[in-house]
Parts: sequence; C-alpha cells; structure tokens
Amino acid sequence: MSSIASPPAPITHVNLAEEFQNSGVAEILADLDRELVGLKPVKQRIREIAALLIVERARKSMGLAHDTPTLHMSFTGNPGTGKTTVALKMAGLLHKLGYVRKGHLVSVTRDDLVGQYIGHTAPKTKEVLKRAMGGVLFIDEAYYLYRPDNERDYGQEAIEILLQVMENNRDDLVVILAGYADRMDKFFTSNPGFRSRIAHHITFPDYEDGELLSIARNMLGAQNYTFDDAANTAFAEYIRKRRAQPHFANARSIRNALDRARLRQANRLFETSSGPLDAKALSTISEVDIRASRVFSGGLDDPMGPGRTGGP
Amino acid sequence: MRITQGCFSFLPDLTDDEISAQLEYCLRNNWAIGVEYTDDPHPRNTYWNMWGNPMFDLKDAKGIMMEIAECKKVNPEAYIRINAFDSTRGWETVRTSFLVNRPKTEPKLEMTRTDVKSRSQAYSWKMAR
Repeated sequence: MSSIASPPAPITHVNLAEEFQNSGVAEILADLDRELVGLKPVKQRIREIAALLIVERARKSMGLAHDTPTLHMSFTGNPGTGKTTVALKMAGLLHKLGYVRKGHLVSVTRDDLVGQYIGHTAPKTKEVLKRAMGGVLFIDEAYYLYRPDNERDYGQEAIEILLQVMENNRDDLVVILAGYADRMDKFFTSNPGFRSRIAHHITFPDYEDGELLSIARNMLGAQNYTFDDAANTAFAEYIRKRRAQPHFANARSIRNALDRARLRQANRLFETSSGPLDAKALSTISEVDIRASRVFSGGLDDPMGPGRTGGP
Repeated sequence: MRITQGCFSFLPDLTDDEISAQLEYCLRNNWAIGVEYTDDPHPRNTYWNMWGNPMFDLKDAKGIMMEIAECKKVNPEAYIRINAFDSTRGWETVRTSFLVNRPKTEPKLEMTRTDVKSRSQAYSWKMAR
C-alpha cells in the first residue's frame, strides 16, 4: 500500500499566546492561582516549567531538534504546605501539554514500594510503576526509602528499580519525590543518582499568618461555615500562638483546628439553644468556639497529633 | 503450521503499536488484562501458564507492554496471549483474547485416524515438532 498524499506542509509560525490558551494550560494555572493561597515561588516555577514545555512543543511542531525534557521533580517543604495538592495540579498540567498520556496521580509511600522479605520488593515496586505508567508517580516522604542505618534494607532495591525506570521510561511517567526539606537534602546527598535525574527542585515555603487565615476562611467556605468578626480576630491570634508551638503543620494544623472548632460549635449549640435554629446559627463559628482551644491557655493543642481529638 | 487462535489470528502478526492500541481499548472498557504463555498451542490445551497476576487497575497500556516484553525475553519461543476479562455482571467472562508472540518455527498438528467399534473412526490431533 503506497500513500500518494503529500506530507502536510511544515508549520512555519507559531503563536505562543494562542498555544497557551488552546492547550488548556492557562486554565490550570488560573485554577492554581485561585485555589492555592500564597506559594508564590512554587507558582512561579510551575509557570516557568509550563512555558518551557509549550516552547518545546512548538519547536517539535516546526521540526526543530527537541528532546523529551526530564520532568521528574522533587517537592520539598514543611508539612501542610500543599505538596500533594500541587502534584495533583501538576499531573493535570502535564497531561494537557501532552507530556503524560493519562494524567492520573498515583500517590505512594515507602510501604507501597518496599517489601517485607527478599524477593518481595521488586514485584511490589514494579506493580506500582505499572499503575503509574502514563501518569505521575508521587512518592511522599521519599527519604524513608533509604535507611542508612541498615545496609540490608530492601529500600535500596526499590531505589534502583525507580532510578532505572526514571531513566528509561521518561516518556511514560513523571516521578515526583516529596518530603521535608532537611531530610530530602540528606536523601539526595546519599543517593546522587536521584539528584541528577531530577530536573526541577521546588521548595514550598511556609505560609504566612495572613495566608493561613485566608486558607482557613476558604476551608470553612467550602463546608458552608463562616467566622463572625470576633472569631476572625480570635483565629488570627490562634494562628500566631499555634505557630510558636511544636508540631506546627501549616494548613494541616489549620484544618485540624477548624475541625475541633466545629465540634465545639456543635456542642455549644446543643447546650445553649432552646428553640429552633436558623441556617445562620448553624453555620457561624463564633469567638468562644475558637477561644476554648488549649492553645490560648498556653497548653498544647492536640498533643497526640492528628487522629486524636483533643478536649477543649 | 500457523496457529490461528483468538482474535486477529488470520491477520499478519500485530506490531507493538497495534498491540498497544488494542490494550488501550481493553483498558477503556475496564477489562482486567492477563498475560499467558505456553509451548503447547493444541486447541484442547486450555491451561496456559499465567505470567504474573492479571492486571486490574492500570491506566495505560505501557504497563502491560512492559510485562509482555519481559515475558518474551524469558520465553522467546513460546506462544504468548493476552486475555481481557470483563467483570461486569452478566458478562463475567473473557471478552477478547489474542496472540502477541509465536515461536519462529511453529509446531505442526498431526492427525491420527483410529478404527473404533464397528466401522466408525475417531480422529485425534497431536503436536509434532
């Protein structure tokens, strides 16, 4: 069978702005701006990466030399700074640009990759990699893969398989390693292979107090709750005090604090109300709900960490 | 003798891209995909060896292509087939099955004719290499 049709004429011009709009990337970046408070350096980096990928794609369409860029990334930052959320957006972004075929996110930790006994690790890691093909593999707390204190740790085997796939299947999946900054640094120092295979190191800064307050309001808004004015002030104070305490986990601490505030609000409504309540009463968190927190009396809020609800 | 079993077996052998496209179709339908291999393609041989467990939650054909490549590497002279199982209520069966690898020289099937009771005859086939 011979084809008589002449090949399509090569493209000679490209409109980057149009490309940007048409690929749906503009939409994702706008989403990112709207939904995520703060994180300026992260958004900046993502915009840069998006620009690079759009230019790469335009070069490809003109037949210029192009090489699939290395897209593996590492997200470092303190707990609760939005690493997982951004990874999810990243998967969507790469999918829109055509750098991953399916655009799903497979989120794993050490337990999903490393086996219990000899010969258990390789199949387990491969299983995860197979699932992640065509999408993004997000390895949370990646530094746990490497345990320097135990030279027979199976984590090393998982690392080797990962490195190999990161190198050979660059077209098929993107690996994002995430973890706390200091431990990730140590991890990269002891595994230089990882550092060199990762093109984008993105650092997530801690949120400022004002940003955390607007995150809190967004979270409440999503659940149809609101602060009244006094509660707003009280919560701003709560954030200041909570930050000074140990185990502060940025947005995650805020979410937990709000969960407890809702608990107290429900309790208060039960104990004080005598008669029908309107929607406003049901959805307003007031000052007492916040002030009852142990943080204000100098104690630790939620001393056992998330998962255990502390009393008032 | 060219063995014709499963879908597409009267067509020229599928290329990797074509296999990928077929697998994508299976995945789109949420079928679980298993890789099986054997050295005995006799039509009565329904028990092929499984290459690992069937794959249930893949999103992309590449994962299966990797398994096929691995299976080919270990068993270059085997018949390898793909089974796609549909677990939807009412179907619960293999919806498609096709060969993705065959040995360079395929075995022959020989027919034997046996006289049984009275003047009737029985036919049987056996693999000959």
